[in-house]
Parts: sequence; structure tokens; C-alpha cells
Amino acid sequence: MSDDILLQSRRKALKCMAYGGAGTLFVLTGGVFTPVDLALAANDKPGLARPGKPLFVQISDTHIGFNKDANPDVSGTLKQSIDIVNAMPEQPALIIHTGDITHLSKPAEFDLAQQLLSGLRTTELHTVPGEHDTTDASVTEYFNRFGKASDNKGYYSFDHAGVHFIALINVLQFKPGGLGTLGSDQLAWVAADLKGRSSSTPIVVFAHMPLWTIYEPWGWGTGDADQLMAQLRRFGSVTVLNGHIHQIVQKVEGNITFHTARATAYPQPLPGDGPGPGPLKVAADQLPKMLGVSSVSVVKHPSALALTDTALA
Amino acid sequence: MNPAKYPKLRAAASLTLLGLLATAYQAYAAPPAAAQIEIKNFMFTPNAVTIKAGSTVTWSNKDDEPHTVVSDAGVFRSAAMDTDETFSFTFDKPGTYHFTCSIHPRMIGTITVE
Repeated sequence: MSDDILLQSRRKALKCMAYGGAGTLFVLTGGVFTPVDLALAANDKPGLARPGKPLFVQISDTHIGFNKDANPDVSGTLKQSIDIVNAMPEQPALIIHTGDITHLSKPAEFDLAQQLLSGLRTTELHTVPGEHDTTDASVTEYFNRFGKASDNKGYYSFDHAGVHFIALINVLQFKPGGLGTLGSDQLAWVAADLKGRSSSTPIVVFAHMPLWTIYEPWGWGTGDADQLMAQLRRFGSVTVLNGHIHQIVQKVEGNITFHTARATAYPQPLPGDGPGPGPLKVAADQLPKMLGVSSVSVVKHPSALALTDTALA
Repeated sequence: MNPAKYPKLRAAASLTLLGLLATAYQAYAAPPAAAQIEIKNFMFTPNAVTIKAGSTVTWSNKDDEPHTVVSDAGVFRSAAMDTDETFSFTFDKPGTYHFTCSIHPRMIGTITVE
């Protein structure tokens, strides 16, 4: 590789950095995620929508109620994240929260989270619960507030701008090793939901725990996710979004792109680093770089979605 | 100091004494009448406890991460315990009780009630 190309790459990287701290744009073309610098993507090329018009923003792992050393002010960092979203030149059509809204499933935590999230200029909010939201036996607190869309089942689907969204719940039963579970009822519902749908429909699937195994000893995966992927494989563009692990990890498998989002609350260790997946204490000036949100835009409607991660600093 | 705290202190002291006696007693023959399980570094310690029917087990969370204690058979279930919070359950019926942390289900333990 020549120095010129290296230099050019570095310039591109710097342009990316300029967008939103550690923001990176990925364009999904023919099922392959390709990093593109935002200055290039912002040009009005034929067939390309401006990435400044995001379809939706993903917020994850807000853990309202957490107050330990790793971040004594999770309400503050959620507010900062909301400010970033509200400052986007064009507002996303909807917001997706991929769970762990609260830290301990307490009513006061849910109330505060709802109050903070109501500060978003975009009012359409879709949620799935994390295991921190469902620690009460009957999941009463979560479903009382967010159960309507799914009739208190936790899974549901909807369409927006030609994209089919599927919200799944994988935190109610666990495999013995700790992996999440979708369960046969939910998998049967997905099959029925996808039946007759054109393979050219872009699909966005979101759930709290990763729908692919990132690190089994910490339960960072979903035991029966393979049965879900088998149903999604025929589609030309599938984007799978998760939270839970408080860091960005990506994988591309055929036409399926997997992405886990940063938390807005606190970072977690790299897989296997330390005794368990607890809050990771980092230097105060490093924390904002490890928190943030993801946004997804339609880049080449209706077949391509672009994904951008934005850190708080 | 708040006088209301004194009974708690006395109770704690009696519990400690009871614990010591129980430990001494156990050395001779029988299982302890009460047991403590600490939750630290995503583990129950000890993760297997034997007690007599009628005894109480107390779990205490020493992690910065919340944990729960949930019986596999649905016999007992704690709320999410934050740092330094505890949960107690009294076992009246003999049997084997498996439990997990519902937030981190790879954490497992067993209570044997004789």
C-alpha cells in the first residue's frame, strides 16, 4: 500500500471523526457493510439518500437507577445522548430502545426513564426489555408501561418507510449456561410474520441480548438464534441490532449484518476480561467516548441501510 | 446514635454468635441452622449449602452489579439486589433447591434441606 493511499485513508478517518466524536458510517450494499466517510456519503449521488436523514436512532442500556463509580450520573449521560439526537439536522422518524431501560426494574426508575426519554424531539419510541427491566416476577413494571405494542408478549412488528421492523424478547428464559432464549412460541410467530413477505423487503430485527454468540461464558448470545437466522436468510437486507454488552461489536454473515450498540450508562469489559460482565470503571475523560447511540439511515432505498455510531465525546 | 439501631446490632451479634455455635456444632455432626451466601465476582459463595428444615438462608450482594436469587422450581424469588442488599428465605420442607441469578443465569447454586 502506498503512502498516498494511507494518507488518504487517514484523511477519510479524520472526516469520520469530525462527524460525531467517534462516529463511523457504514453503508450496507448487497449485504456487505462497507465503511464510507461521511463527506462522500453526504454528496447527493443518484439513488443515494442523504445520510443526514436517519430512519431511526437506537438507544440502549440507559440503566436508569445505576449510581456506582462507573458512572454516578446515568441520567446526565442519557440527557447528553438525547441532546445529540435532538441536534441532528433532520430528526429520525422513530427511536428504538434495545433494553435495560432501568437498572433494577423499580417503578421510580421507569418513571424517570420515561420522563427523560420524553425529551426526545422524535416521539415515536419502540422498546424491547433487557433482563434488568424484567427482574420482577411478572414483568409488571415493564409491561404496564411498554406492553401495549406486543399485548404484553414482548414481541411485535411494524413497518416504516418500506422497512419491516421486528422486535423480539430474549430475556425471559435463559439456557443453563446463561444464553438468552427466544422460545418456540416466539419463533413460530416470526415465521408467521415473515410468511409471504417479499425477500426484497429490508428487515430490521432488534432485541436486547445479542442474537449471535459473542461470548458464551458470559451469556452474551441467544441459544436458539440459529432458528431465527434460518428464517431471515432469504431476505436481501437484514440488520440485527442488540444492546446488552455496552460496546460495539459487528459481524456480517451473508445478507445479515449484526451490530451491538454502546450503552448510554457505562461501559463493560471486553469479552472474558475479568470475573464477569459488570460495570467497567474508566477515567472520567474516557467515559464519554465509550457511551453513545447508533443511527440507521436508508441509503439506497429500499435495499440498503446505513448505520452510524455516535459517542458522547 | 439512633437507639432504634441497638436491637439490630443485638440481633446481628446474636446471629454471629448463632453462626459460630452452628459452625462448632456442624464440626460434630449436623448441618447449620442458618447459612450465609455471599454474591461476589458473579459467583455464589458457597454455591452449595446444607441446612436443617426450618433454617434461613441469607444471600448478600457484594458486587457493583445487581443480582437476583431465583428458585428453579419457583419456590422463592428475590427482587433485584443492589450492592450490599440482602435476601433471606426460610426453608421449611426438606429437599434440594436449585437456584440461579435471573440476570446472570450462569450463576448457580443449591440448597439441600435435611
